[in-house]
Amino acid sequence: MGFKSIGWRKLTLAGAVAGLALAGGPAAAEDTIKVGVLHSLSGTMAISETTLKDTILMMVDDLNKKGGLLGKKVEAVVVDPASNWPLFAEKARELISRDHVAAVFGCWTSVSRKSVLPVFEELNGLLFYPVQYEGEESSKNVFYTGAAPNQQAIPAVEYLMSKEGGSVKRWVLAGTDYVYPRTTNKILEAFLLSKGVKKEDIMINYTPFGHSDWQTIVAEIKRFASAGKKTAVVSTINGDANVPFYKELGNQGIKATDIPVVAFSVGEEELAGIDTKPLVGHLAAWNYFMSVNNPDNKAFIKQWQTYIKNPKRVTNDPMEAHYIGFKMWTQAVLQAGTTDVDAVRQAMYGQKVKSPSGYDIVMNTNHHLSKPVMIGEIQANGQFEIVWQTKGPIKAQAWSPYIPESAKLTADWTFPWVCGNCTAPKYKSYQ
Amino acid sequence: MLHRSLPCFLALFAALAFLGLAAPACAASDADLAAAVAKLGEPGFSEKLEAIETLATLGDTRAVPALQALTDGNLYLRDADNLLVVATEGDPDYRLSDPLTGAALGSAGFAELSRVIANNRLRSAIHTALAKLQIGDPDPTRRLAAAQEIARDNAPETAALLSEVLEHETNAGVRAAIAISLAKINLSSELPAERLAALKKLSDTLTLEVRTLLAPLTSANSDGSFAEPDPTVRKEASLLVSRIDRRLVLQDLALNLFQGISLGSVLLLAAVGLAITFGVMGVINMAHGEMIMLGAYTAFCVQEAFRMWLPESVFGLYLIVSIPAAFVVAGLVGIALERGIIRFLYGRPLETLLATWGISLILQQVVRSVFGAPNREVSNPAWMTGAFEPLPGMVLTWNRISIILFALAVLVAIGLLMRFTSYGLQMRAVTQNRPMAAAMGIPSGWVDALTFGLGSGIAGVAGVALSQVGNVSPNLGQTYIVDSFMVVVFGGVGSLWGVLAGAMSLGIVNKILEPYAGAMLGKILVLVLLILFIQKRPRGLFALRGRAAEA
Repeated sequence: MGFKSIGWRKLTLAGAVAGLALAGGPAAAEDTIKVGVLHSLSGTMAISETTLKDTILMMVDDLNKKGGLLGKKVEAVVVDPASNWPLFAEKARELISRDHVAAVFGCWTSVSRKSVLPVFEELNGLLFYPVQYEGEESSKNVFYTGAAPNQQAIPAVEYLMSKEGGSVKRWVLAGTDYVYPRTTNKILEAFLLSKGVKKEDIMINYTPFGHSDWQTIVAEIKRFASAGKKTAVVSTINGDANVPFYKELGNQGIKATDIPVVAFSVGEEELAGIDTKPLVGHLAAWNYFMSVNNPDNKAFIKQWQTYIKNPKRVTNDPMEAHYIGFKMWTQAVLQAGTTDVDAVRQAMYGQKVKSPSGYDIVMNTNHHLSKPVMIGEIQANGQFEIVWQTKGPIKAQAWSPYIPESAKLTADWTFPWVCGNCTAPKYKSYQ
Repeated sequence: MLHRSLPCFLALFAALAFLGLAAPACAASDADLAAAVAKLGEPGFSEKLEAIETLATLGDTRAVPALQALTDGNLYLRDADNLLVVATEGDPDYRLSDPLTGAALGSAGFAELSRVIANNRLRSAIHTALAKLQIGDPDPTRRLAAAQEIARDNAPETAALLSEVLEHETNAGVRAAIAISLAKINLSSELPAERLAALKKLSDTLTLEVRTLLAPLTSANSDGSFAEPDPTVRKEASLLVSRIDRRLVLQDLALNLFQGISLGSVLLLAAVGLAITFGVMGVINMAHGEMIMLGAYTAFCVQEAFRMWLPESVFGLYLIVSIPAAFVVAGLVGIALERGIIRFLYGRPLETLLATWGISLILQQVVRSVFGAPNREVSNPAWMTGAFEPLPGMVLTWNRISIILFALAVLVAIGLLMRFTSYGLQMRAVTQNRPMAAAMGIPSGWVDALTFGLGSGIAGVAGVALSQVGNVSPNLGQTYIVDSFMVVVFGGVGSLWGVLAGAMSLGIVNKILEPYAGAMLGKILVLVLLILFIQKRPRGLFALRGRAAEA
């Protein structure tokens, strides 16, 4: 395996040096451009990730109908890492060194991303990661098309603090016990403290994956909220555990006007399996909602529902992130005139795509996007009504300024920094 | 007449109190009213908020339908002429009516309408506005709700408003409730006598809310002096606080107990089927969780059938119908498994374990292929939603209460079946001594099959109940399988009483630990305690003695 991958790298290098005239790496020798799709199609994450696989297939299909890329057909190589984190790394290696894909679109959970990261860095691959996450990362080989905490969590909390959001003074940070909620809550707690919220006005609570008996926690939230100050719940509760949580809230008579819950992991796709009537008024923060009203979004929804042949299917934020990521990659390949990873990476910076959210989305040199932030209230029909949004796109911060040790770090992959986590630029002067 | 004149009076009063302006004459406010209602359709939230406040101040009950429609999401703008309308779903188009007069305005398709959006802030404002408008309602329960809604705003103006209302109120129940609300506000009055009177009034309202309101009366300033200058008031207040604290301790304990029993009954339901297949027959059935899952999916299918073919009025009954349906479906699958696979593996626990585990994976994938990977929505019937509040602050939800009762009923039914029917007798005979039972003419093979079917059927029934508190997904069974084995092993293999005692004690211990240790640590502590217990008593709480234990 090691020998093989070195050989491929040498070939790519040779290709890059020789330029386009010579047929360089094996990828160029064939008459198709391959892209990898690394999403779980079985196991617990299949619920969410299958949709993203279909999104990429739809984009590839669309691109081929329009004549392909660089005069070649684009071919999607779909693999199934089966919600098994080590298998993600294995499949990623397969995609890069056996199938010679030009780019990979994939991963959902942070743990799967952390698992493939060393593979992409070792083999100099290119990963497009479409899901909101906890930040604190910027790899040369990954483009993060989902939201960083300052594009989702912080604005949502700021909204609740504002008069419009109910002037919330007391906070319950409730999450599932794993890396994303723990990091996000660490950032949020630091942020709240910096805004003058007292320590005793913040309650942090973690529950196991798939927690189903919420009686005690909901009772505790109620008690915490009875202190006479407006209280809100910031939920990083993941997946399955949300349904019994919202059911218990509804049954114990907590309305969104009393204690609003703002969630970061509940979107249109998740609501499709829930009776939303008791949830009306609870909030979610994303960079895109299916209910955004503009011609681009209408076209996107129509394209999706036609492709999947089901007029009831919903679109959601990670799908939109893949839409942006794939378009940006296509544009960067066209601009670079090659699928070579280093050339495409350089062409990615500053790449602009008009997204279904209605804004021009730009790729920054920290490998994260500038995206608008939207806050939606759940409606009885399972859609979100947008009640607040930023004036324009917000630039992602890879490293949170609210965590002291991260605040010192800079992610910038252009001169003079050329680094994802540095306290000083790599190049000091032109010596 | 009251409900027409009082709002006018209130409007006058409110206008004086809030704005300091001359009151608008009630009859002349038609134009103002129409203007304010029209303003509800403005795009900005702050304009809408102003409109809601104006409507509350005008005090005209004719604004109620428009405000109600805005909270319910039924208020629309007609795209053609930007006219504000109330739209109700019709077939196929929406029926439109005027928000103020209720006059019909024809119909329109959904695409020709744009919804007027409300957010939480507007909804709260509307609740307050509606309360102010409905305080003169002829229906006493509505007046009561309105008075309580108004009392949430802890301001002197509210106090004045409530005292006015109190003067006009005739219904004794509503009077008492308003007096309590008024007393809560008066706790922060400037006159010591009023504060004292308020304390007296509240002496029987031992709630957390009053406890919070009392805090400023008993707390000390940073320089050591008391925040409350009057010593009598202070003394009364601290007495009341300690009484409330004592009540709250008891109440918390009772609530914890209820939650523990409720968790215990969920465990009981999940485990009782296993107590039969594992406890009585000795089959290590890893597919037990999937029987629960099949029951939950049966409930889903019955629900969909009700939605499709039966009128909405009987929809609440779907759950009752699901119970026998799930029993039959899961029971038949169980019998098929026993006849097809498990009977060849009796006496070989390791092979049984592996085979049933394989079956569980197959069943999961079958369900995933048929119903899809995402969760399915099984809704609570109306009679199972909401809660019952025996004491203020002590909320017992109906779905939990129903599950507790249901779990006990299932246990009693099994107990009776085993004790008093000839089938029960044969089953006990076969499990105690198979060759002897066969010699007495009991068809032991069929008794085995029926027993396995019974255990599986009961798991299916449990699935119906569990669909009401959790997710319905192909992985549903896996969530419960470990807990079920835990309960059966802890309670004592082969004993129904053991299952009851095991489930309840695990549930209660878990819930008592949870507030102190958190959900994660609580669960771990319970497991550690369980392991220690099993070391001491390997056969569980209720160990069977004698020959049956050796079998």
